[in-house]
Amino acid sequence: MDTLRSSYSSASSAFYFSNCRVGTFLINLKKLLPTLSLLVFLAMWQGLAVYLNSNTLPTPEVVAKVFWQGCVSGQLQFHLGVTLLRLVVSFTIAMLLGCAIGIVLGRSKKLDAFFDNWLVIFLNVPALVTIILCYVWFGLVESAAILAVVINKLPNVIVTIREGTRALDQDLLDMARCYRFGRRKTLIHVIWPQLHPFVMGATRSGLALIWKIILVVELLGRSNGMGYQLHLFFQLFDVAGILAYTIAFVAVIQLIELLILKPLDKKALRWRR
Amino acid sequence: MTDIQINIERKTYPTATSPIIANLRLSLNSNEFICMVGPSGCGKTTLLNVIAGLDNDYEGEILVGQQHTHPKIGYVFQNPRLLPWRTVRENIELALDGNQSPDVIDELLEVMQLTASQHSYPERLSLGMSRRVSIIRAFAIDPEVLLMDEPFVSLDAPTARQVRGLLLKLWQQRPHTVLFVTHDLREAIALADRLIFLSAAPMQVVSEIVVPIARSERGNELAVESFRQQLLANHPEIKQLL
Repeated sequence: MDTLRSSYSSASSAFYFSNCRVGTFLINLKKLLPTLSLLVFLAMWQGLAVYLNSNTLPTPEVVAKVFWQGCVSGQLQFHLGVTLLRLVVSFTIAMLLGCAIGIVLGRSKKLDAFFDNWLVIFLNVPALVTIILCYVWFGLVESAAILAVVINKLPNVIVTIREGTRALDQDLLDMARCYRFGRRKTLIHVIWPQLHPFVMGATRSGLALIWKIILVVELLGRSNGMGYQLHLFFQLFDVAGILAYTIAFVAVIQLIELLILKPLDKKALRWRR
Repeated sequence: MTDIQINIERKTYPTATSPIIANLRLSLNSNEFICMVGPSGCGKTTLLNVIAGLDNDYEGEILVGQQHTHPKIGYVFQNPRLLPWRTVRENIELALDGNQSPDVIDELLEVMQLTASQHSYPERLSLGMSRRVSIIRAFAIDPEVLLMDEPFVSLDAPTARQVRGLLLKLWQQRPHTVLFVTHDLREAIALADRLIFLSAAPMQVVSEIVVPIARSERGNELAVESFRQQLLANHPEIKQLL
């Protein structure tokens, strides 16, 4: 009886171990999948480029070379840096203003009723129109470029934050009033945590939107930055240059997501089950 | 000490035609435990919100001593209303004003048996525990009036009994003026110095009855029950309010 039981248990533990191995293999595979998909993408690009053998689609290798040359000469970092600086400045202005106005409109029905039409107008003016008008009215200067980007982004932030403010939990606000939290405590501990998902949403969609608009702004009226540089490559029909700069830009945006936004999310949502 | 006088001439909701509270007069003696019993929907929560200063759209006055001010309020809401993104301890700390020592929190956590959970987030607590936290928060600020809006509703009977026992223990250690709303007469008798029966809207005081049962006897369900029977027999007008 004892031998039977021990053989049974050893059989079951063997089964357990093999199962475990299959499990870890599957987990490793899952971790590898993103890398694998990237490799497949590169392979397809390489295959297509070799098959077409055309100047308009260089191979990954050529693009990598151009990328490296750009880095060595410092040109790439310079133009990327200029664009990122514009991004940071206009993004910060748009988010701060947008949050403030969004909270006010979300809290006050009268102001909201008055300004709602303005919002709809600004939401629907094409980005290109605001950019052209800013340059026409204020000249081809840096502040006009920043202003154009802010005007394009601002209505989006306002609308998102206004929705968040409308959805604030009145019960918690009453509690804060009853316990005499005061404005500062209420904003930091009651309102802000509830707005956080909306702010993160506005941040993500904002980054994606702003950097696209910045390129157009630079293309139309600046003599440096990614947009200017891409325009130059376009005139030279330099597709490898366009792709190299694009990759650099996408990589930077991804880094912002990974190193800044994700950790922020994690910290703010630690209370959730 | 600070006796509190509440006179509400009239309270009408903007959309309603008739008032929900009319000619209501309450006087609260200091450190008295008062239970208000009345039919659901009669405006008890409205009354508490008026007293708490959350609803200022009424005719009447609230006097603390001789002064027209809003008393400092500790409010135990029907739902605990804890901030889910702050820990138990942070939730209590936030209610304190800058001058208060946080030592009081340790003592209160101890009495309410929550010391072990003080760094948990509210979502990890059971309803009974959350209610205890909100009771601690109300006591911690050392209020002039403690408002409690059916704080034990939707707890199962043993949990309700346990939290009720802890509340009484806390109140005996730190006497405060309590205005406790309930629709459970047994609960009211077990807790109160004085019972106030309220009518359906427009809400008025129907009768006030002092509970003579000694504090040491309040845990005794037979004593509570026999007082209840006696109360219902002597005051037939109360029956329709329950």
